[in-house]
Amino acid sequence: MPLIKFGDGNGAVAADGFARLADDAPLPAEGGAIVSLTRFRKDREALMARNAPVGVQLKSDESPEELGDDVHRLSVVVIEFPAFTDGRGFSWARMLRTRLNFKGEVRATGNFLFDQLNYLRRTGFDAFDSRFTLEDFHKAFAEMSAVYQPSADGRKTIRDLRAGG
Amino acid sequence: MYRYDEFDARFVAERVAQFRGQVARRLSGELNEDQFKPLRLMNGLYLQLHAYMLRVAVPYGTLNARQLRMLAHIARKYDRGYGHFTTRQNIQYNWPKLVDVPDILSDLASVEMHAIQTSGNCIRNVTADHFAGAAADEIEDPRPLAEIIRQWSSLHPEFVFLPRKFKIAVGASAHDRAALKYHDMAVEIVKNAAGETGYRVLVGGGMGRTPYIGFVVGDFVAKPDILAFLESVMRVYNQSGRRDNKFKARIKILANALGEEEMRNQVMREFAEIRARGTLQVPAEELARIDAYFAPPPFEDLKDEIPEGGKDFRDWVRTNVHPHRARGYAIATISLKPIGGVPGDASAAQMDALADLMDRFAMSEIRVSHEQNLVLPHARKRDLPAIHARLAELGLGTPNAGLITDIIACPGLDYCDLANARSIPIAQDIAARFADLDRQHEIGELKIKISGCINACGHHHAGHIGILGVDKKGVEFYQLQLGGSGAEDASIGDIMGPGFGEHEIGPAVERVVKAYLTLRKDGERFLDTYRRVGMEPFKNIAYLDQLYAAH
Amino acid sequence: MLTANRLVDGDVLYWKQGGWVLALKEGEVFADPAAADAALAAAQAFVTQNKVVNPYLFDVKTDAHGIHPVKEREIIRAAGPTVRGDLGKQAGDPSLRPPPRARSGATVRMKDDDVSI
Repeated sequence: MPLIKFGDGNGAVAADGFARLADDAPLPAEGGAIVSLTRFRKDREALMARNAPVGVQLKSDESPEELGDDVHRLSVVVIEFPAFTDGRGFSWARMLRTRLNFKGEVRATGNFLFDQLNYLRRTGFDAFDSRFTLEDFHKAFAEMSAVYQPSADGRKTIRDLRAGG
Repeated sequence: MYRYDEFDARFVAERVAQFRGQVARRLSGELNEDQFKPLRLMNGLYLQLHAYMLRVAVPYGTLNARQLRMLAHIARKYDRGYGHFTTRQNIQYNWPKLVDVPDILSDLASVEMHAIQTSGNCIRNVTADHFAGAAADEIEDPRPLAEIIRQWSSLHPEFVFLPRKFKIAVGASAHDRAALKYHDMAVEIVKNAAGETGYRVLVGGGMGRTPYIGFVVGDFVAKPDILAFLESVMRVYNQSGRRDNKFKARIKILANALGEEEMRNQVMREFAEIRARGTLQVPAEELARIDAYFAPPPFEDLKDEIPEGGKDFRDWVRTNVHPHRARGYAIATISLKPIGGVPGDASAAQMDALADLMDRFAMSEIRVSHEQNLVLPHARKRDLPAIHARLAELGLGTPNAGLITDIIACPGLDYCDLANARSIPIAQDIAARFADLDRQHEIGELKIKISGCINACGHHHAGHIGILGVDKKGVEFYQLQLGGSGAEDASIGDIMGPGFGEHEIGPAVERVVKAYLTLRKDGERFLDTYRRVGMEPFKNIAYLDQLYAAH
Repeated sequence: MLTANRLVDGDVLYWKQGGWVLALKEGEVFADPAAADAALAAAQAFVTQNKVVNPYLFDVKTDAHGIHPVKEREIIRAAGPTVRGDLGKQAGDPSLRPPPRARSGATVRMKDDDVSI
């Protein structure tokens, strides 16, 4: 499952750089670690004490607000899609970017369709843990050339284009 | 009416291409049915009892002649020569082939139409008063706002995978013809004490298994803020609406679980943030730009008189003609409820003939009502006799708008995969029983609404007399509800008791109507009498047949 | 019996010995639940090959006059909408149209005078 990240540019396959730790796995001294929200609450001190990046993986019913101010200490927030029909993650990503002004990586994992890739990108995801290739993403992004409403990506809307923006 | 610019046109064209690709991926197996189903639903395509069903969007019920001709063409070319107009102002085709749907969508796009988001767990067709722009009693035309909401909600990336469907309606009159209080969210255009026009927002209404009347969540939202406010409601719903149980997933459940105060608090918190950011403001220029599309047609200065005519014409005027804001004009209801016909259905030939009629008489505009009828919003009073004569030739001149034979019935078990019982034959039976026009006028306004299952697409909860079809050990049974209303005096009908069989429901309705005629006081409609005397007398007489049988 | 919808056009199909037919009366009636389950399992191949969707079993009774689905829904599905005899499979086969249903229950006819509140 290639991890694909979009920085400012067109995106690229990227190395992960983080280990996803199970709740009962020992905490390594070094290296990026992604843990569940449950574990983060339990082992917060230990995680922050390491000189290594930390990330939290949220279930679809866990709001990023539950991270409190700690969110700004995280390098990555991973949001799960247990089923492609569960669209809460779109709002969670948007919340991270807009309300919480989160500047780190927002990663999507789990079950989502090719037809949702554009929505994921627009709502603020910039990394994708999935079976899709970079070519898939470009194809998905190219399907609809203009959008009616603003979202977390700051993309110009049709109204902006009409006004000559 | 709204006309697409290059951006709108490209949007629907790209959407068609996207769906063509999705169909290809389905046929090749790259997508299985579970993956394809939400995608086809978001283009309005269901799989029903006999075939696929395509629901085409008619935004706020407004069509021009060119569009109506295309709907007729689609019925002829791809379907079985007819279409069904729905309670949410859309049109449904019952026999399209999956492989043809991309071409159908392409044909629709050529006349600025689509089937985007007419199904699925997303924001559906935005409906509005079907007398918009013509009603004598409206504050302003609700359709510009409905168009702004339509664009904002089209493929909104955050809200295409909601817990469940989401229906929005817009109204602008004290007399609510759009059933605002039964919608997930509704916007009522109002004036405040200072005389400024703004929006009152309601949430949490709904039909179905657990009907609710909506409550006010925004008393007066200023015009530029409306999208920010609506987006706040959507976000609260997307985040917190239940996803564990399909029957508890609508916003009405969330809103009532949180309570009015908490719902408001959550919405206001979002609203304050979005508003402060300013990204969703609707500037006055944008409102004016959209308003211009809905500018009233050039009304002539005409005599404010309806010409004389024969009895048939006078009967039709009595019920099917309504006051217009311009002198010399009228609003005309085209009944799609001929006695013995299928409520809401129109043939391709009828649609084509109506398109000609629109061009000739009615400034080329027609509306789909909320009651499975059509409406000519701008008819010259002096043309009414000619209009009526033509409608009568076409079988569209039934003089029963708002009367007991103007029945709403969902497609029911004759068509629908979800149904438990048939509704159309019940509507036909009841209409036949009350066919005599004098008797219909004696009875007066009596809205009968029939649903074939608990999903309530026939809006039976809002019927003065509501009928719900149920399956009792493989046999069709019908439950009666009395006292519902979808208007500004919204109420949910009360269930009478045990159901009636297929051949008993008609006589039961007759007995209920007899009781009303006996009990009513001056000027009372059925609904008023029911609200005054309650269920008891109606219940007693409805079951009288069973009592006799038992002896 | 076993039914499904054809993917490309939504047509209602009935299982018959490893394949599908359009008319219910030509379809296969299973002698026992084991045979029915076996057919349902075999039908999955048509699902994975993207030919049909949503296959399911339903009950029928057979007599001298033919095969009769137990549920109203399946009777209508086999024939077409009861309110449009010119549409659906019944258009090509009038024998499919449902016979008039026997009236049920009470024989007392109400007259206006009988109404007392």
